[in-house]
Amino acid sequence: MREGGRQEVLPRSVWLASIPLALYICVPLLALLFVVPPTDLARHLASPMAVRALWLTLKTTAIATLLVVVLGTPLAFMLARGSFRGRGLLDTLMDLPITVPPVVAGVALLLAFGRRGLIGRQLDVYGVQIAFTSVAVVMAQLFIASPFFVKAASAGFEAVDARLEAAARTLGASRWRVFWTISVPLARPALLSGVVLAWARALSEFGATMMFAGNFPGRTQTLTLAVMSALESDLETAVAVSVLSLALAVTALLGAKWLAGQWRAPLA
Amino acid sequence: MPDDGLQLEAEVALGAFTLDVRLSASAGETVVLVGPSGAGKSTCLDVIAGLLRPRSGRVACRGEVWCETARGVHVPPEKRHVGLVFQDYALFPHLTVLANVAYGPSSRGRSSEDAGRIARQWIERLGLGGTEGRAVGALSGGQRQRVALARAVAAEPLVLLLDEPFGSLDVATRSAVRSELRAFLSGCNLPTLLVTHDAVDALALGDRIAVLEAGRLSQVGTRDELLSQPRTPFVAELAGLNLYRAELAPGRGLKEARVGAVSFHVLADDAQGPSFVAFTPAEVSLSEQQLPSSARNAFSGRVVSVLPLPDRLRVVVDVGVLMAAEVTREAAGSLGLDPGRPLWASVKATAIRVYA
Repeated sequence: MREGGRQEVLPRSVWLASIPLALYICVPLLALLFVVPPTDLARHLASPMAVRALWLTLKTTAIATLLVVVLGTPLAFMLARGSFRGRGLLDTLMDLPITVPPVVAGVALLLAFGRRGLIGRQLDVYGVQIAFTSVAVVMAQLFIASPFFVKAASAGFEAVDARLEAAARTLGASRWRVFWTISVPLARPALLSGVVLAWARALSEFGATMMFAGNFPGRTQTLTLAVMSALESDLETAVAVSVLSLALAVTALLGAKWLAGQWRAPLA
Repeated sequence: MPDDGLQLEAEVALGAFTLDVRLSASAGETVVLVGPSGAGKSTCLDVIAGLLRPRSGRVACRGEVWCETARGVHVPPEKRHVGLVFQDYALFPHLTVLANVAYGPSSRGRSSEDAGRIARQWIERLGLGGTEGRAVGALSGGQRQRVALARAVAAEPLVLLLDEPFGSLDVATRSAVRSELRAFLSGCNLPTLLVTHDAVDALALGDRIAVLEAGRLSQVGTRDELLSQPRTPFVAELAGLNLYRAELAPGRGLKEARVGAVSFHVLADDAQGPSFVAFTPAEVSLSEQQLPSSARNAFSGRVVSVLPLPDRLRVVVDVGVLMAAEVTREAAGSLGLDPGRPLWASVKATAIRVYA
């Protein structure tokens, strides 16, 4: 055996040791696919409950993702390029929705925007109620998912060479034009992968939605909540909706991977 | 002060020291800002371009005031008309050569046809024809440098700023690009400020040389001024390199290189026409009389000045051009070197380097 070859061939023990976790991750996901026969799967997915949940989920996550991008892009750019007091604090605060348990986030949203909440109380005067409506579903998703976009986008903006932006300005481009013609195109792969990540997180939202929006079919019952409800009465529908969620998650993951690949290729 | 030129006065806090400069360049003049790295050279360019606000200062170009801290004036970079060629060029990696060069004109409000037409003209003029559609990443170092220059001038600047324009080029390309740039600068009639840490670049390109050390201008002047009266050891070292613009005779092998009234014998196989000849002061020997020697170049002249360096003496001799020689204290003692003393200076042809 060559001297140098020894590092490349991993010992059998490492192979064996890595099997349990890999299996542990794969087996349940496969179980989801094989427990219910495909024909039954299609029938269950056509049930009014599943269709309504899917439609509501697609609608709310689309709106939430759009809001994440519109509101998150300026914030991400400021975190990447700004130099101001409290930048570090703001950066850390943006991590909080990722680490705080979603249920707690839901309670917090309720305390702020619920009927007797800090802001909700004022809105209630004008007859506006947010909690337990479709709007609350979007807000819960926005709260939980936006940091995923903001983090990715600000890393993307930060990776853009600031000298390119400076060069563009010396050539006569306003800050606005520099942003759209230099910063955004160069950060685009990171921005897109941030969009996919945020959308995926919004899809899987459960805890905060449950607390802040409740579980009303057609109004606030998203796919994840539908799974929970179905589990109490009809296991097969629960599985079918789960499979649907899994399919959406796989789509998001592959999308993010592909965009990340696009992103790194020019840097390699 | 000339109204058609560039004037810079700036004070900027720079970590350990304060940058404090006062500098001007008139139309068509190339001022080379030279100094050790970290002396604040690039900071001067940032202040002129408006990328950095000085603590106090004033920047004006062709009668337009771009910055005047006393009156709170700070024109943003996009309104200054500065052609800044960045170190390592800062080309837009997601755009083609054409789009890079057209970026300036279209940012300044030209229609896309106009911007494309202007960009094509500059691309052609700088010898980049055929690369319009290429990605800038696919170009050679020399080509990238020319794209950066084309991009800067296509935006119709009032002043040209070049930050280490040869920094990332290999030696062979460097010399070719340097002579291209010199020809270009002499034809464009813009006040130009060029930053470098390289003595050859400074001497070859500068109409005047401004030496920046630790945030202060230690001396500003022509090469001859710096050479005859260097005020700091760095200036002495920099100006001590004997470098001249020369006209090379055609032919191969040993040939003549005319520098004003003086003619050197040099070895330069293929080079001919305008070029540079260079040799270090250590390669010049001094003698009382013309000696029979293998040196192909012997000139009679007079001592202009003698500058003591730590372990030797720097002697500046006027042989029709100013030439620096370095001799030991012992040799100087036996020659009796005083200003005005006639003597002979000789250089071997093989010691003279020739740059295109």
